[in-house]
Amino acid sequence: MLPLTTGYFAGYQPMQVLFGLFAAAALTGAILIKDRNLKGMLWEALAVSLILMLGTYLAHNTIVNLANRKIATGFDFLDREARFEISESLIPYSAASTYGRAMLVGFLNTLKVSILGIILATILGVGIGILSLTRNWLVRQLAGGYVHFLRNIPVLLHIFLWYTAITNLLPPLRQALSPVPGIYLSQRGFFYPVPEPATGWTAALYGLIAGVVLAVAATRVARLRQDRTGEILPTGLVAILLVIGVPLIAWLVGGAPTAFSVPALKGFNFEGGTSISPEFFAVFGALSVYTSAYIAENTRAGILAVSRGQIEAGRTLGLSEGVILRQIILPQALRVILPPTTNQYLNLTKNSSLSVAVGYPDLVSISNTTLNQTGQAVECISIIMLVYLATSLATSALMNWYNRSIKVVER
Amino acid sequence: MFRSGAIWAVAALAVVGSVSAAYAGPTLDAVKKADVLKCGVNTGLGGFSIADSTGKWTGLDADVCRAIAAVALGDANKVKFVPLSAQQRFTALQNGEIDVLSRNSTWTLQRDTKLGLNFTNVTFYDGQGFMVPKKLNVKSAKELNGATICVQTGTTTELNLADYFRANSMQFKPVVIEQQQEVLGAFFAGRCDVYTTDRSGLASTLKNDAPNGGADYMVLPEIISKEPLGPAVRQGDEQWTDIVKYSVYALIQAEESGITQANVEDLAKTSKDPAVQGLLGTPNAEGKTSGNGEALGVDEAWAVRAIKAAGNYSEIYDRNIKPLGLERGINALWSQGGLMYSPPLR
Repeated sequence: MLPLTTGYFAGYQPMQVLFGLFAAAALTGAILIKDRNLKGMLWEALAVSLILMLGTYLAHNTIVNLANRKIATGFDFLDREARFEISESLIPYSAASTYGRAMLVGFLNTLKVSILGIILATILGVGIGILSLTRNWLVRQLAGGYVHFLRNIPVLLHIFLWYTAITNLLPPLRQALSPVPGIYLSQRGFFYPVPEPATGWTAALYGLIAGVVLAVAATRVARLRQDRTGEILPTGLVAILLVIGVPLIAWLVGGAPTAFSVPALKGFNFEGGTSISPEFFAVFGALSVYTSAYIAENTRAGILAVSRGQIEAGRTLGLSEGVILRQIILPQALRVILPPTTNQYLNLTKNSSLSVAVGYPDLVSISNTTLNQTGQAVECISIIMLVYLATSLATSALMNWYNRSIKVVER
Repeated sequence: MFRSGAIWAVAALAVVGSVSAAYAGPTLDAVKKADVLKCGVNTGLGGFSIADSTGKWTGLDADVCRAIAAVALGDANKVKFVPLSAQQRFTALQNGEIDVLSRNSTWTLQRDTKLGLNFTNVTFYDGQGFMVPKKLNVKSAKELNGATICVQTGTTTELNLADYFRANSMQFKPVVIEQQQEVLGAFFAGRCDVYTTDRSGLASTLKNDAPNGGADYMVLPEIISKEPLGPAVRQGDEQWTDIVKYSVYALIQAEESGITQANVEDLAKTSKDPAVQGLLGTPNAEGKTSGNGEALGVDEAWAVRAIKAAGNYSEIYDRNIKPLGLERGINALWSQGGLMYSPPLR
């Protein structure tokens, strides 16, 4: 065994001994002491010490084994040049960037596909869930079929199916479909124009944010007023006007730029504009459609959990079916829907790790390459695990906070 | 009752606390004890290691496994082939799941040092190349600026690719997919302009996987990297390293000395050439042997068995690699303008 007197893992062996002593002390105390409360606490202390001891033992053993086999350890590699390219990235990246930055690119790609996937899965899921409860027999059967068909096929197959469909059914690059000039659809992806950077467009972006904030505020004010006076204001119309109008004015004030960067065939590929890759689209489509089947079932269960009396009371009051759905059923159903749907959000995020099967550069894909080039398996796998753990904990914290905010206020 | 349980718990703790890292014993002893050589190979690469319909492994890498088993255990059939992916291979060797890795792995400085491995020889000099559809009208890799390139993850291929394009100030878009079947699927569907991997892999793909017998595809002339492929063992067991190293050299020397699978046993009895006698452990006129076997820690007939297992290097090459359409090239013997050279086996 090598002496491990240097490095940041050197502390593990003394810690192991220390926890061992704690455990022994707790055990002796637990056996000798008569006081029931103190005895109980000492047994708990024993359990905790044993777990900590096992943990430090495993960590220490791993380090010693790696050192014995002369395998490099530590996270220094994160600061070395990655020397591989990544096909799509939300931040500037090149082969000259570090492994650390490459992993960040992978993490952002994971977040991108997860967040967009969650949004689409929610919209599809809630919609299908409501449709599966309509009185129309055909619609009900179609919604039921959607759920049963999609959730009974493994998610990896969904991803392969989407990818194969895109790369095999869409035309090659040079025969790309172009429904509108400047927009191209081919097996290399979806290419579309984007505005050339200009003050007007930046202003419009800020205008959009301001418009959304104003619309939310206006709706709040209208709601308070309705609670106080009973007067119903046209909130929908005002909100739409604000969301469209404010950025439009900002764009006009900013000089009304109209220059667009339009994709054009050049060399091997389209240049200009921007694109959505088939890899991203396959993962995004497959994950959101697959997860939407589960969310649809959660929604259906949530709606069925609302007592029929509530709906009948709404009808007695002469409310329209739409108002009953939005104002009476959904707010109550949400409390049932939310906890299992949080699970689905977490599943979607974790399932995005299957991206490497079709070449979407997510965290796992990038880490695999890093692992293979550096050979530092323990470190790379730890990073993957910690990042997924942190992301999942953050998602559930957010959802739990929302869940608490819509809880029934007991009076 | 409770107290005795507690005492046992303390005793167990003491044992757990004192156990340290598992001691890795000499590999040869472990192999002999198991009476089987665990050899890590590719999950399926034509010419190197691929299982046929009866489950028999064929290929250059698989034959190297057989030669080593013949030397270490006296029986070329005592090999357990462990198919490994690119990501699994080094970990499997480090952990002792396999005794030797013979899986078209490139010898590099960092793998030889930081991964705790030793590469013993080069059994095949490879290099990374590009395959394109003929209709792309590209004649050189230098014309590939802006191309989309399909590549399999878990290899040095990604790194060579990025290096080559950076060195030539060109851009490209990688599509990095985990499984070879999916990479090829994407490439042949037209998702990428180019497919890149080692030249041996391209030759195998062109012959076995390309639609229309490969008539619509071609391999570009550039070789963008050096990929010396060969077996690897764990660092720290010099005897085992030597056994693997000289098992392979015996095959190369056999080609040079004209010893084949068919004539090796005869030559071992009849040859009067001192070099051949030395290699095959034949006693000379005075009944003395070269002592090569003793030096390696095996018996003197080791090289006879290695050659008997799968033939000499050229027999192995002609049986496995030639059908892919790859001529000997730099893999010829040094005496024929190639790089294959065995140190004197004396």
